[in-house]
Amino acid sequence: MTGRQTPLYETHEDAGATFTDFGGWDMPVEFEGIRTEHTAVRESIGKFDVSHMGEIVVSGSDAVALTQRLTTNDVTALEPGDAQYAAITRSDGVMLDDTVVYRLPEEREGDILFIPNAGHDEQMAERWRTTAAERDLAVSVDNRTQAYGMLAVQGPDAPDEIGRVSGVDLNRLSRFEVVDATIDTVHCLVAKTGYTGEPGAEIICPWEETVRVWETLEAEPIGLGARDTLRLEMGFLLSGQDFHPETEPRTPYEAGIGFTVKLDTEFVGRDALEGINTEGPAEELVGLTLIDRGIPRAGYEITAPDGESLGTVTSGTMSPTLGEPIALGYVPAAWSDPGTIVRVTVRGEPKKARIRTTPFLDE
Amino acid sequence: MSFNVPDDRRYLDSHEWAIEVDGLVRIGISDFAQDELGDVVFVELPDVDDAVSIDESFGVVESIKAVSDIYAPVSGTVVEVNEDLIDAPELVNEDPYGDGWMIAVRPEDDSQLADLLSPAAYASQIE
Repeated sequence: MTGRQTPLYETHEDAGATFTDFGGWDMPVEFEGIRTEHTAVRESIGKFDVSHMGEIVVSGSDAVALTQRLTTNDVTALEPGDAQYAAITRSDGVMLDDTVVYRLPEEREGDILFIPNAGHDEQMAERWRTTAAERDLAVSVDNRTQAYGMLAVQGPDAPDEIGRVSGVDLNRLSRFEVVDATIDTVHCLVAKTGYTGEPGAEIICPWEETVRVWETLEAEPIGLGARDTLRLEMGFLLSGQDFHPETEPRTPYEAGIGFTVKLDTEFVGRDALEGINTEGPAEELVGLTLIDRGIPRAGYEITAPDGESLGTVTSGTMSPTLGEPIALGYVPAAWSDPGTIVRVTVRGEPKKARIRTTPFLDE
Repeated sequence: MSFNVPDDRRYLDSHEWAIEVDGLVRIGISDFAQDELGDVVFVELPDVDDAVSIDESFGVVESIKAVSDIYAPVSGTVVEVNEDLIDAPELVNEDPYGDGWMIAVRPEDDSQLADLLSPAAYASQIE
């Protein structure tokens, strides 16, 4: 079965990538090897094809009002050229997805662009359209996922490379700022955002020019395998895995992104979240490191030392940077203090683990 | 891509190899297997004196992205375990047929080794 393909599919194939299905897209999982790619991003630079991420453009006089209604953060606080991280919640406060909401700069400054995760684009576009119709809002909602390519350039050398190809000085931008730029004659948006904890940018460009922009960037190609280990070292959430509306229904407070929830705004899920915020979430996402030998993986059980079940690992790996087994998982709030000793069941064996704060890597 | 398949040993279709050394059967995973797994970061092996059974899992090899069982090419008793893999699991990638070996077994039945895949048969399977 063939999935959706990014404009770089053949480029990745020619580079010898191995592929995997991710959110309905055929995506490169590995080029030179996860460890090599991971190290390139931590120590120098890497480029990622993230064209599988959704791009939804909301335009019209109510674009801000509609997006305010459907995301947890305060969209009215965004100046043109700013962006923010947010959750998209349903009325019970459970997250459907997480996203970055951009208020576009310059000539499109009234427009909102938001980036749902891979495979969520049509569902989110529909959610925006339905709510606009219900509330009689003046907007047009355009799913541009297959009109735009998206690349990430990350690593300590990324700001220099972004400067070289676009003239954009990332050091002069604030975090989440987005500007118009030209890369090899291609008009792009360059945003100071990322998913690795390293300096760098994400670039949005026309679909048919994506190969050109990709080839202009002098950096190692990085697959989804290293993208996952890089984000996990930072404790960043993976939608559909660390939370999922059916299989892992979680509120932003449980998932540790309460900072994206602005209760003084009106949005779907606000009232439920206000109650949860007052009482405190019953369970919380925590970082875990294994003390005993073993690697925690998604789905492994977390227990108390006496064997009482506490929760489940949602993401886990051997950290390539730290050489330590690390994981994210949910435990009851009473068990969430850093330093608490628990067990992770690895192939039937309880392995000693310590709860800790994230990021796992020092910033 | 072509993978190294030394002709001094025999293979399982689940990508383990076995070779007789001084009356013991030494066991590891193939070049193809280590490449499929990617960077090996953890190996879990039995203890000396444990019994292993043909075609049954005796251990686990984990890469950054995957967990994979390792199957015994022959039945027998574990005589040696490659302790170097505890601190240097990357040896499985670097030298799968040499320093990346996993266990040595005293076989129950000398004929089992001969029944495994020949190098030519294994090589054609991974083509």
